[in-house]
Amino acid sequence: MSSYNKDGKKGISRRDMIAGLAAVPVLGVIGYGLLKHEQEKGKQQAAGLKELRLTAPAGVPPLVEGPVIRIGVVGCGGRGGYLMKALGFVHPDRIDDWENKAKTDPNMADYLHEFRQQEALNVQITAVCDVFEKNAKRAVKTGANAHRNGQQGTMGREPKSYHTYAELVADPEVDAVIVATPDHLHVPVALAAARFGKHVYCEKPLSWTVAETFEVRKVVKDTGIVFQLGHQGRQTESYQVAKMLIDQDVIGKVSLIEVCTNRNDPNGAWVYDIDPEANEQTIDWKQFIGPAPWHDFSLERFFRWRCWWDYSTGLSGDLFTHEYDAMNQIFGLGIPHSAMASGGIYFYKDGRTVPDVLNMAFEYPGRDLTLLYSATLSSEKNRGKAIMGHDAWIELDEKLTVYLDPRSTRYKDQIDKGLLEPFKPIYAYTPGQGSVDAITTPTEKYFAGRGLLYTYRDGKAVDTTHLHLREWLNCIRLNNQSQPSCNIDQAFEEAITAHMGTISYQEGRRAFWDPANEKIM
Amino acid sequence: MKQSKKSDFSIAILRVLIGWHFLYEGLVKVFQPAWTSKAYLLDSAGWFRNFYFWLAGHDKVLTFTDALNAWGLTLIGFSLVIGLMSRWAALGGMFILSLYYLSHPPFPGLSYLFPSDGSYFIVNKTLIELFCMFLLYRNPTDNQLGLQRLFNRK
Repeated sequence: MSSYNKDGKKGISRRDMIAGLAAVPVLGVIGYGLLKHEQEKGKQQAAGLKELRLTAPAGVPPLVEGPVIRIGVVGCGGRGGYLMKALGFVHPDRIDDWENKAKTDPNMADYLHEFRQQEALNVQITAVCDVFEKNAKRAVKTGANAHRNGQQGTMGREPKSYHTYAELVADPEVDAVIVATPDHLHVPVALAAARFGKHVYCEKPLSWTVAETFEVRKVVKDTGIVFQLGHQGRQTESYQVAKMLIDQDVIGKVSLIEVCTNRNDPNGAWVYDIDPEANEQTIDWKQFIGPAPWHDFSLERFFRWRCWWDYSTGLSGDLFTHEYDAMNQIFGLGIPHSAMASGGIYFYKDGRTVPDVLNMAFEYPGRDLTLLYSATLSSEKNRGKAIMGHDAWIELDEKLTVYLDPRSTRYKDQIDKGLLEPFKPIYAYTPGQGSVDAITTPTEKYFAGRGLLYTYRDGKAVDTTHLHLREWLNCIRLNNQSQPSCNIDQAFEEAITAHMGTISYQEGRRAFWDPANEKIM
Repeated sequence: MKQSKKSDFSIAILRVLIGWHFLYEGLVKVFQPAWTSKAYLLDSAGWFRNFYFWLAGHDKVLTFTDALNAWGLTLIGFSLVIGLMSRWAALGGMFILSLYYLSHPPFPGLSYLFPSDGSYFIVNKTLIELFCMFLLYRNPTDNQLGLQRLFNRK
């Protein structure tokens, strides 16, 4: 077996050498296999997703350090309460309630846990204002609950409760203002705050009238405050992925985008409950009316204000703007060339003036595309967002799926050779997966089709509203003139587009935008 | 344990084949940076499912697990193929395979989303490969067919 060299030591014989290295060629075979694997993978990606650079969304940047930001909240009803929760403040009664329910309901336990885990944003609520006494009182207790406790826990300092927003914005202990009033008061409050140099987070839509849209843009720019419009969809990862796909021209020329609203319950149709404690003594009616035409006290109008043009912007301002802002984020659409709308009050014949069915077509001849919106408040048939390209289409929600068009020009060869299957998803993204990957294996197809790759159970699902507020606070602390993602220019485009739709609906004609003179014709 | 040369040779072949399987699986993962075991882990069932959910649920732990898995498979495979320190590799392989087995045990009443490539009852291919690793551990063949032979002769 072995041989001995001159020194009498054992040496390596030829036989040893062969037996010792016998398996090494296997490495070469494996290397070859790996090379083929990479080539096949490359081929599939090149075939399906031309040089697509698969990058996961950027994630959440760190919270900028700095002093506590003191916040005043104007409008402390449903949405105002939600925004305070997104900042980390909830009424102690609600915490107690959640804790009780969490004992038997694991979903509620998760919800409570998520809230407690939500990152602290280093803010203090120092002032609140609501025209309904009960809301104002609750907001004081909510703002004081800095430690996220129940009634028995320790509370922080109570915010001041102001009767008018004008007093609130003048408070030197307020650095920034959240506007969560009805639509008709968004601009008056935002203007007042900006003029006092207070940063503004304003709920959508930006404005109630066309004229005030111009004014608020001017004042926000002149004062240099940090402005964020409350379209938290800016933080939705699937929209960011969609933007990546569009930027990389994966689906070919897009000529039609379809977005929808489908609701079918009284709450969704803005028929909210009327609080039994509400009456002329507990509501400052005059302040509620503000710039709106005078109307005698009406609990219905107060609680269900979204049903009247007097205070609301209807489907166009309230719900279309969510869809529009998503597409504006993805495509950078800007203001359309024209808008044509139709619809009516077909289901909720409850005295409302805003339609409950609305269809709007926005034309972008410069982009060769139409943005189509269709809404009903009396059917929940889910019609997601559809971005229709010549080579593929995208179905978009929380998830994103790209389907291959059988008549695609670009992918024709791949379809003919059977490398890609038309009508099948060629790409999918679901939040929580952690990475973005092309669907190449049957297993992944199986999972993506069912939306199950991503059972998101580690309690990391983060509230987009929280992220949106956080982005605004980060810009304030950076103090370098940076503006958040839904800044005043984006907000202006949103409001003008929505107003064009409303004008078309109300006047029964096509509304045009004159970009040179910045005028709706 | 005395082994005949013939059996040495067949065990050495088994060692190279298992090494091949591990090395290729490992390298494919190493060369695919976006690969993650998250979905597989979340699909776990049986007694230890909560452990696997924990692995999947923490980003840092998951990153570590993924790296350990990809590189573990690669190194174990490499060692088995070339025949160097393959007893240690066999131990490591048994560890990894037992983790696979326990995350998706083929017991009655447990169902998985990942499609299975066959029908199994308690015994599946993972368990068989695990015991093959045990065989390799008990019957080292690096000296018969492997790089170790060259080192020993020096």
